[in-house]
Amino acid sequence: MTETAGLDIGSRSIELVVRRNGATVGQSRLPTTFDPLSQLRALFPDGPPARLAVTGYGRELARELCPQARTITEIKAHALGAARIFPEARTLLDIGGQDTKAVALLPGGKVGRFEMNDRCAAGTGKFLEYTATVFGLSVEEFGRLALRGDTPPRISSMCTVFAETEATTLMARGVSAANIALGLHQAIVSRTLSLLARVGLTAPVVFVGGVAKNPCVCRLLTETLGASPLVPEEPDMTGALGAALWLETTTP
Amino acid sequence: MSDSVHKALWERLELDVEAHEALLAVLGKFYGDIYLSQEGRLQGAEYLDFVLSEVHGLRIQEIQDAKATGKKVVGTFCVFVPEELTLAAGAIHVGLCAGAKAGSEKAETILPRSTCDLIKSFVGFKLARLCPYIESCDLIVGETTCDGKKKAYEAFGASVDAMHVLEVPHCKMPSDRALFRSEVVRYKEALEKLTGNTITAAALHEATITVNAKRRALQRLARLRAADPAPISGRDALLVNQISFYDDPTRFTDKINVLCDEIETRIAKGEGVAKAGTPRLLLAGCPMAVPNWKLPYIVESSGAVIVGEESCIGERNTRDLVDVTKTDLDGLLDALTDRYMKIDCACFTPNTERLEHIAALARELKADGVIHYGLLFCQPYAHEAFKVGKAMTEAGVPYLSIETDYGMEDMGQLKTRVEAFVETLS
Repeated sequence: MTETAGLDIGSRSIELVVRRNGATVGQSRLPTTFDPLSQLRALFPDGPPARLAVTGYGRELARELCPQARTITEIKAHALGAARIFPEARTLLDIGGQDTKAVALLPGGKVGRFEMNDRCAAGTGKFLEYTATVFGLSVEEFGRLALRGDTPPRISSMCTVFAETEATTLMARGVSAANIALGLHQAIVSRTLSLLARVGLTAPVVFVGGVAKNPCVCRLLTETLGASPLVPEEPDMTGALGAALWLETTTP
Repeated sequence: MSDSVHKALWERLELDVEAHEALLAVLGKFYGDIYLSQEGRLQGAEYLDFVLSEVHGLRIQEIQDAKATGKKVVGTFCVFVPEELTLAAGAIHVGLCAGAKAGSEKAETILPRSTCDLIKSFVGFKLARLCPYIESCDLIVGETTCDGKKKAYEAFGASVDAMHVLEVPHCKMPSDRALFRSEVVRYKEALEKLTGNTITAAALHEATITVNAKRRALQRLARLRAADPAPISGRDALLVNQISFYDDPTRFTDKINVLCDEIETRIAKGEGVAKAGTPRLLLAGCPMAVPNWKLPYIVESSGAVIVGEESCIGERNTRDLVDVTKTDLDGLLDALTDRYMKIDCACFTPNTERLEHIAALARELKADGVIHYGLLFCQPYAHEAFKVGKAMTEAGVPYLSIETDYGMEDMGQLKTRVEAFVETLS
C-alpha cells in the first residue's frame, strides 16, 4: 500500500497524519498563524506528499501548494477518524477554533444528520479563548481555574462579545473568578447540547477537536450526558487521521 | 454592466451616478465569476447575459421610451400583485426586489437592524438612489405578506411619489378569499386611476393569456430539469426566473421557449451541464433576487447541481395558471383571485400545502436532497424550515436547512455545510 497523508487546516492549528500499510507512521502539528501557506511550506520542506487529502477550513488553500491534493469536509474527516478510534461511537461532537459540529454517526463512520454553529463563534474554542483573555489567562489556565469553581452563575448570553460584558458585570458584583469561569464553560456545554439534540443524541458520544483537551468542558459534558464522552488521546488529530483514512479507501 | 453610454439616462433619473457605476462594476465582476465561468452553457444563455448586461441600461431606456408615449410603470415586490391587471391597464409591470447589500447603512436609518436583507436592500437602493427601476416607477405596490415588509412600506412610502399597499390575507378561509377579491378590485381601480384606462374584460382576458404563456414557458423549463444529466445549471435557471420580473413578458416568453427547444435537443443527445449521477438538489424557501447568487454558486461548486427552486423567484410564481374559460370581467377577477390565493407563501397559516408541494417537486425532479434557504430575520420561512425538515424526514428526502443573508463573511462555513451534505448523498 502506498503512503497517504491527511492534512487538517483549521482556524487555529494545522495537523498532519501520515499512514503507510494501514498504520499511522507520523504526525505533526503547528499553529495556523496568519500565513498558513508559509506554515505548509515549513511542514513539507521536501514538497507535499504525492497522495494528500486535505480537510478543514483552509482545505482549498492547500491546492495552491499541492494542486493534486483532494479535499473532504472536516465533518466527513472527523467522522471517519473518530469512528476508526471508537467504532462504537454513535454521535460525534467536534469543537474547534471557530466551529462546533454535532454529527450522527452511521456504521463505518458515515455521516448521518449534522448540525453546525452559524457564522458567529458562540460556543466554540474562540469563545473560550476570548473570554480567557478577559481574565488575562491562557485557555489552559482558564480551564484549570474553572475546575475550582463550585457555584457558577448562569451566563445567559451565547454571544462572545456579550458574554464578556456579562462576565465583567459579574466580576463587579464580586462573583469569584473561578465561578465566572465555570459559568462560561457551562454556557458552551449547554449550547453544545442543543446542537447534539438536533442530530438525535445517541450514546456513546465521541468528543474531538481542540476543545476536547479542556478538562472542565469534558467534566461538564460527563455530568450532563450522564457518561464520559469518548475522547481520543489526541482529539485534535482525528480530522487529519480521517482524511488520510479516506484516501486509503480511494483509488489513486 | 459598467457601460457608461447610459450615463445621461441615469443622470436624468437622478441616480447617484458614481455609486451606481461602482455597483455595476461589482455586479459585472460577480456575474463573470459566477455565470460566465460556467462550462457547457446553453446557446440561449446569450439572451440571459444580454438582458443582465443591459438590466440597468437598454431595458431602462426601453421603459423610458414607453413612458414618453404615455405608458405608466408599476413596480412590485411580491408575486401576489396580479401582473395580469397591470398589463390590462396598459402599464409596464416590473419586480423591484433586490439581492445586494448596497445601501444597507442608509436603510438602517429608517428600519430596525433585525430586518431581513431583502427589505433592507430595496429600501437601501431607494435611499442611496441606485435603482433605475424604482426611479422609473409611477406607482409602487407593496403588500402585507410579513410584518417586516408591511411596516417597511410605511417608511419607504414616504420617499416615493405613489404607493399602493395590497392587503394579503394570512389564512385561506372563505372570508380571506373575499378580502383578497376586494383587494384585486381595489388594485384594478388604482391602475385605472393611474393610467386613465378602463380595464375591460377583453383587455384582462388578453393580458391573462400573455401572463399564462409566460408561466407556461417557465413551467416547461422547470419540467425539463427533471432530466439526468441536468440540462441547465441551477444558476442559469434561477437567472431565467429573475429576468422574468424585468423583461417584456412576450419577448421573454419567446426567448425562454427557444431556450427550452435547445434544452430538449440537448436532453435527446444525453448531454448536460454536469455528469449523469451528479447529486441533484432542490432549493426551497426564500426568494433570491438579482444578484443574490451566493447559495446556488456554493452548491454548484460543491459537486452538486440544482434542479429546482421552490421559491417566489421560481416555482411559487409559476406553478398555477389563471383559468381563462370565463371571459366576462367578474369571471376573470374571480379566476385571478382563485389563482393568487393558491400561492403557498409562508405568510399563510397553516400552509400545509407547501410541504406537499416540496415533497412532490423533489419526487418529480428526482432530487437527491432538499436545501431550505432562509433569509436571516425572515420569521415566516424560519418557522417553516422546521416543518419542511420534518416533512422531508417523513418523505425520506435528505434535508439541510441554511439561514444566511446577503453578506459574504459566512461563505467558508456555508461551503463546509453544503459540501458535507453533498458528501452524504454520494
